[in-house]
Parts: sequence; structure tokens; C-alpha cells
Amino acid sequence: MSTTPLEINTPLDGATTSSRASGNPLSSTQITDYDHRQTVGKITVDNPKMTCRGVNVYYGAKQALKNVSLDIGANEVIAFIGPSGCGKSTFLRCLNRMNDTIPGCRVAGEIRLDQEDIYDRSLDVVQLRARVGMVFQKPNPFPKSIYENVAYGPRIHGMVQNKAELDALVIASLERAGLLKEVEKRLEEPGTGLSGGQQQRLCIARAIAVNPEVILMDEPCSALDPIATAKIEELIDELRENYTIVIVTHSMQQAARVSQRTAYFHLGDLIEIGETDQIFTNPRHKLTEDYITGRFG
Amino acid sequence: MPISHDAHTVKQFDIQLANLRNLVLEMGGLVEDQIQRAIQALDDEDLSEAREVVSRDQIINGLQVKADEDCISIIALRQPVGVDLRMIMSLSKAVTDLERIGDEAEKIARMTVKTYDGVSSPPSAKLLRDIAPMAKQATSMLHGCLDALARLDVERAVQVARGDDELDQEFQSALRRLITYMMEDPRTIGHAINVIFIIKALERIGDHSKNIAEYIIYLVKGKDVRHVKTEDLSSAASEPE
Repeated sequence: MSTTPLEINTPLDGATTSSRASGNPLSSTQITDYDHRQTVGKITVDNPKMTCRGVNVYYGAKQALKNVSLDIGANEVIAFIGPSGCGKSTFLRCLNRMNDTIPGCRVAGEIRLDQEDIYDRSLDVVQLRARVGMVFQKPNPFPKSIYENVAYGPRIHGMVQNKAELDALVIASLERAGLLKEVEKRLEEPGTGLSGGQQQRLCIARAIAVNPEVILMDEPCSALDPIATAKIEELIDELRENYTIVIVTHSMQQAARVSQRTAYFHLGDLIEIGETDQIFTNPRHKLTEDYITGRFG
Repeated sequence: MPISHDAHTVKQFDIQLANLRNLVLEMGGLVEDQIQRAIQALDDEDLSEAREVVSRDQIINGLQVKADEDCISIIALRQPVGVDLRMIMSLSKAVTDLERIGDEAEKIARMTVKTYDGVSSPPSAKLLRDIAPMAKQATSMLHGCLDALARLDVERAVQVARGDDELDQEFQSALRRLITYMMEDPRTIGHAINVIFIIKALERIGDHSKNIAEYIIYLVKGKDVRHVKTEDLSSAASEPE
């Protein structure tokens, strides 16, 4: 395991240090702005599954995420909230290197999964994404049967020896995703024929079939009705026993309902992080307070 | 963190919150008036005014019901969080205490009617001497906490909460004096018991005012200072969260 030196804030830090030396009054505003955004709350946990330190993300010249550091605890549900463009989805995508696929996107800093640097050059990204699975905003089942949707991952990862093992894994995954009862008699029907909520649970079944350790959810309920949403939320709570879950949501009520810790992002900064209960009753940062109480802009 | 005075994006929410707070302050004003009238009626031996105080308690009860309905409606429709949630919870609790203060005013008025019933001779001045200073302290606490609520003023709230110890001490020494009078002259027992009810009511007004002061500290600071020792109150309320 290599220990890549931290590449924190290289462009900004460089600029501020030199301007500090030259005493440029205009740049000193930048320094204040930079110093100003210090995360409020405890970023560490006792048993971290993932540790992120000084994460900066750039889309070309634009910095989308600024020096974000936080731990994601094992078997916790952590919610990322914040207005559009605050960097929460960008940060989520850093956690399984989905940003690699975006041209012009550059990630600096350090993200570790069980101590292992996930941006290490020797790391197999496909393996990483099996360990850190993802569920998207819109349910996106493959245009295949329900069975094949779930069987696909385990098959390409060579996780099973024979058909019987695969069958068992598919059934177990559908069961865990709370979908089995509804689909067990029609496993050969296309996954796209299910309702939105069922499709999303199918995607969750597909994600857990490869036995991930962390599940990233990017607004998993925003396309669902309240009943389907409630089912997914109940499922998230059950999955927490075996997985670590990171959820990005625009629904603050959802963040409050499902998560144990909440992180609030604003314009690329991690403004505040803390126990969900504290964030929603007594946030410490004014920006958090303004956002959760609906006093924004 | 200073409490946010920025407007909500949804203006209607601001209006509902402002209306609720005004309703509670209106109720507070009425309760304050009731106490003053009850004390004045006692002082003036004015039985019709005392009966008026008793009947006006209904208005306060009505306001309590209305305020609670508004709290529930805002919670159901707006799902308040953060400072909004603390505001609603604090107001809802303050309403309960205000209603009880109203009941204490009613109690004082009833005792006035009982004391000056025209059958027994009126109580001597020495039996009544503790009422005026205690009433002054209790009304000043109530006034202080309503003031603190109107301005969300933590310092003022701490001041009010601190005043309760003083009132409690006054109550204890008044009680000792009354016991002495009763032992010296058992004929005073009837009146002395009425006076005890009155000063107990005043002492309770202090307790309720202190409660309201504590809710205000919670509302502004997000910190629960109930059951914090009076001497630690100031530092507990000023500590950063």
C-alpha cells in the first residue's frame, strides 16, 4: 500500500502563500475567504470505513470541492445535504472513482477505504466499484430479465461456481432488497417492466449482489412516490446492519429520517458535519441553519 | 451562533411564526395584567374586581388552546427544524406556563373574595405585609421574561431565572413569620392560611417565569439549562454551543 503524499489545495495554497508574502490587499480577501470556511463539527469517527482528507475536485479550471475532510463510519448511514451545485454528488462520486469517467475532472487529496488509498495507481477500479457500489437517482435496470439484472455482477466478478450458487445469490439479494416476494414468480420478466419503486429496489439488489462494503446512493428516492420512498428508507435502515451507506438527498426530511450523521455542503465546502439529531435541532453554522430552515437566498 | 433573523423563502411560514409569537406575547400581556389586577383588588379589598379577574381567566384559557392549535398546525404543515423547531417548542411550553400563571392570578382573586367575605373581621396588616414585596418581585420576573421573549434576549432571561432564588427565600421567611403569628394567636389561623395560599401563588409565578426564561435560553442558544444551578446559569447560557 503506497502512501501518496497529500496534494491538498495546491493551486489555492500556492496562491495564498505567495500573496501573503507580497501583502497584496486584494489577495488577502481570498485568504480570509479561504480561512473562513472551516468545517464545523467532528469529522472523525471511532471506527471509520472510509477516511477522506483534504479532498479537492476540479472540473477543468473550476474547483467543485474544496479541501473536504471527513470520515465515514462502518455501518453508519451518513447523509450529504446542500443546495444544487454544492459538491455533494461530486464528493459522493469520488468515493468509488466515478469521477474518473468525467473528462477534465481532477481529484486531489486522499480517500481511503479500510486504510487503502483508493486513488493508488495499482488499485483495480472495477474491484473498487464492487466494494463501493452505487445506486442512482433514476432507477436504471439493464434491459434484461429481473434475474439477469441481479446475476450480472456476480457473474462478471466470478463470484459463483455454478448455476445453483448463482440462483441462491440472486434470491438472497432480492430478499435483502425487500423485493423477492413481489417478483419471485416472474424472475424471467424484464426488469424494466417493474414499477419505479420496484426498479429502484432491483438496482439495490443488483448493487448488493456483488457483496459491497459501502453503498453510495445518489438521491435514490427522488423519482419515487411516498410509499416506494418509505420502503427504500426502511430498506436503508435494514441494510445498515451489513453495509455502510452514504446517501445524497435533496429531501432534508429524508436525511433526518435515515441517517445517523449529516454533512452539509455549500459551494464546494463542507460547512458542517455532526449527528443528524444535532444538525436538525441545533445546527452550529449559520449557513446550515439557513439551509435546513428554508431561509436560503 | 446568533439567532437567524433572515426571512424564510416561504413567506407564509414567517407570517405563521410571527403570528404565533405575537399570540403568545399577547397572552403574556393579559396574564401580567391579571396578576396586577388581582394584587390591586386584594390591596383595595375590591371584591367585584377580584370576581372580574376570576372570570377573565377564561380568555387566557382560550388563548392557550388557540396557541397550541397553531403550534400543531405549523409542525404538521411546515416540519420545522433548527431554530424554527426550537421556537415552536419553546413557545408551546411557554404557553403552558403562562396559562398556569393565569391560574395563580385567579387563585389570588379567589382568596381575596374569601378573605373579605364580610363575615369575619379583615386580616391585620402584619399578616399581609409580605404580599406586596413578593408580588413586586413576581410581577417583575414575569415582565422580565416576556420582555426577554419579545427581544430574544438571553441576558435578560438569565436575570429573570436568577431572581427566582430571591423569591423562594422571601416565601420561606414569610412562611416562618406566618407560622409564628399562628402560634402566638390561633385566631389568625384562618386568615394566615389564605395569605399562605396567596404567597404560594406568587412563589409559583416566579417558578413559571423562570421556566419561560429557560425556554428562551434554549430557543436562542440551543442549550437546555433546566436543572442547571442558578450560579452556573450565566456561564452555561453564554458558553459557545
